[in-house]
Amino acid sequence: MKTFNKGGVHPQENKLSNDSAIEVFPLPKQAVVFVSQHLGAPSTLVVQKGDKVKAGQLIAKAEQFICANTHSPYSGTITKIDFATDFTGYKKPAVYIDVEGDEWMEDIDTSKDIVREIKLDSAQIIEKIKEMGIVGLGGAAFPTHIKYMLPQGKKADFLIINAVECEPYLTSDYRLMKEKAEECLTGIEILKKALNVDKALVGIEANKPDAIEHLTKISKNYKGINIVPLKTKYPQGAEKQLIYALTKREVPSGKLPIEVGCVVNNIGTAQAVYYAIQKNMPLVQNILTFTGKNVKQKKNLLVRVGTPIQSVIDYCGGLPEDTGKVISGGPMMGKAISDLSAPTVKTTSALLLMSKKESSRKEETNCLRCGKCVTVCPMGLEPIKIAQLAENRLWEDTEKSYAMDCIECGSCLYTCPAGRPLLDLIRVSKNHIGDIRRKRAQR
Amino acid sequence: MSIIIYSVLVLVLTGIISAVILYFVAQKFRIVEDPRIDLVAEKLPGANCGGCGYAGCRSLAEAIVKAGSLEGLRCPVGGEKISSEIAELLGLEASTAEPQIAVVRCNGGRLNTTSKVMYEGVQDCLYAHLNFSSEGGCPNGCLGLGNCVGVCAFDAIKMDPKSGLPVVDEEKCVACGLCVKTCPRHIIELRNKGIKNRRVFVSCVNTEKGALAKKNCNVACIGCGKCEKVCEFDAIKIENNLAYIDFNKCKLCRKCVQECPTGAILEINFPPRKEKLTIDQTQSIQN
Repeated sequence: MKTFNKGGVHPQENKLSNDSAIEVFPLPKQAVVFVSQHLGAPSTLVVQKGDKVKAGQLIAKAEQFICANTHSPYSGTITKIDFATDFTGYKKPAVYIDVEGDEWMEDIDTSKDIVREIKLDSAQIIEKIKEMGIVGLGGAAFPTHIKYMLPQGKKADFLIINAVECEPYLTSDYRLMKEKAEECLTGIEILKKALNVDKALVGIEANKPDAIEHLTKISKNYKGINIVPLKTKYPQGAEKQLIYALTKREVPSGKLPIEVGCVVNNIGTAQAVYYAIQKNMPLVQNILTFTGKNVKQKKNLLVRVGTPIQSVIDYCGGLPEDTGKVISGGPMMGKAISDLSAPTVKTTSALLLMSKKESSRKEETNCLRCGKCVTVCPMGLEPIKIAQLAENRLWEDTEKSYAMDCIECGSCLYTCPAGRPLLDLIRVSKNHIGDIRRKRAQR
Repeated sequence: MSIIIYSVLVLVLTGIISAVILYFVAQKFRIVEDPRIDLVAEKLPGANCGGCGYAGCRSLAEAIVKAGSLEGLRCPVGGEKISSEIAELLGLEASTAEPQIAVVRCNGGRLNTTSKVMYEGVQDCLYAHLNFSSEGGCPNGCLGLGNCVGVCAFDAIKMDPKSGLPVVDEEKCVACGLCVKTCPRHIIELRNKGIKNRRVFVSCVNTEKGALAKKNCNVACIGCGKCEKVCEFDAIKIENNLAYIDFNKCKLCRKCVQECPTGAILEINFPPRKEKLTIDQTQSIQN
């Protein structure tokens, strides 16, 4: 079975919410929608206080190159335009909406019928993706349309769809593939057309055999979509690792996947694209896994963007008593939430509740020089070396040790028997290198 | 016998030829250096701390000689004494910059905020700054992880274990500005040391609206503008819900300190006031 070539770990899978079907989360009474929910330049607000909005209406417009539109996920009245706390505790501009009913814009098709016929051509599809505010749902929230605007002289050979879901606990993509396979595959077909390629490779890890079987069966009705089972290994879902696993091509350091003729998108993004193109529906909702070992009701929920995190927790039976951390995302790469009153955003794919014991760090001892971190690093870096340089604040030397190539998968930290904060130190040095590079560019 | 003679001859000849070559090489590649650089470098402390902004003492000496003036070139460690010595040596005018000191403009810490979350990541301010607001919730306040302590070459900043805030040692601080550059939240500022080391400053950098700032921190500046009104010297400006006292205009009258409803303005090294002080103010003086 195919997989990537270097390193990798296999943490306990803990896919506890595998069997719970996607449930539609009831609309909250009040919602807070951030104006900018993507990576890149901020969007410009186009609504005002007191305006009545319908679900799917544009509330913030992208006016710069790397930017995405934001739409209202609710129908109701805008009561306030103010700063709101996001889950890191920082304040960002947001729109407060009092939800009244659930009225969608007239041109949005909310029926469940599958529409397969693609009427638009490549350029129109990309324009529509931009208009509908689609961002990468794999986690980084990078505006999707930018990926399809290929640089001059570059040609794509493959469309790669990331359905790996290598993070432990997460099951949203799995449920999506099981329940909405046709929507996903039509979405992939649209993306293929946008990119002008004949071949799409869908990578799925072997720990989801029924998803592989189901998709393979349905994909027979679609042309040029290959479902490729991959060996279960973390971090297979990382862009560069997935490209290697599927095509044996290696993306050069500091370059984008298009350099080797690939464009990678998440399966969730493909489904969002399906809704955007065939149903005219902007990205206003996503599937969220609510899970954790002590959680009684583990669920996969279809949540509108802007739902307060606290209300999701309450809906699923509240916080268990000894909760140590609430993590947005998976256990390997997710971030601990510091404010539960914060709303969800386009890329909130999971809420993971960990007990104090689970979430506490290993006691930090001296390095054993065992080299395990070097063995597991999927990028072929030497985490211990970079960490040591970072401890001594030698940022320029960490740059020479390719700290910037780190994909922050956390394999080194996971495997370290001495509990060294390797990834943290690498992240610190990445921040400092970024700082140095900015200063260098100014000169 | 002839062996000895030949050996001596060969060695002598090699010596002479090498000497000639070296002489011409030295002529050709001679580096002309201003002799004053050495003289200036001798005056400097020689600790190579980098506080002046140059790589070491010699680099500063080079810069001084090259610039031909002491404008903006100053050894923070040596201070006025060395400046005047160098000025005398080079026949220049010594720049008469007022002595400065690093001031930490945050008084939140553990004593005046309540921790809502617990941070257990790497002890680095820049990292923490990019990942969350702070344990108390203030997005502008001190994170208390001590990047400024680590960067200080003069051992002049210490973390107060009680409040979790950095404290500047007035004796040791030479106002080199390394901590100012390091702090990711721009909390530390170089301010004039003031007459008898007395200073009045707003110990807050929070730019949130008043109610929000007050919610997270007892001693936040809420931007009410009372101090701006009471100031007779036009030294206080409110911008982005935050008061700032211009130390060049401030005459240390301390009216604003009494006026501040949250106690965000601190007065340092003043003798106790005659009238009875409230408990809060006493604490702020002690701090």
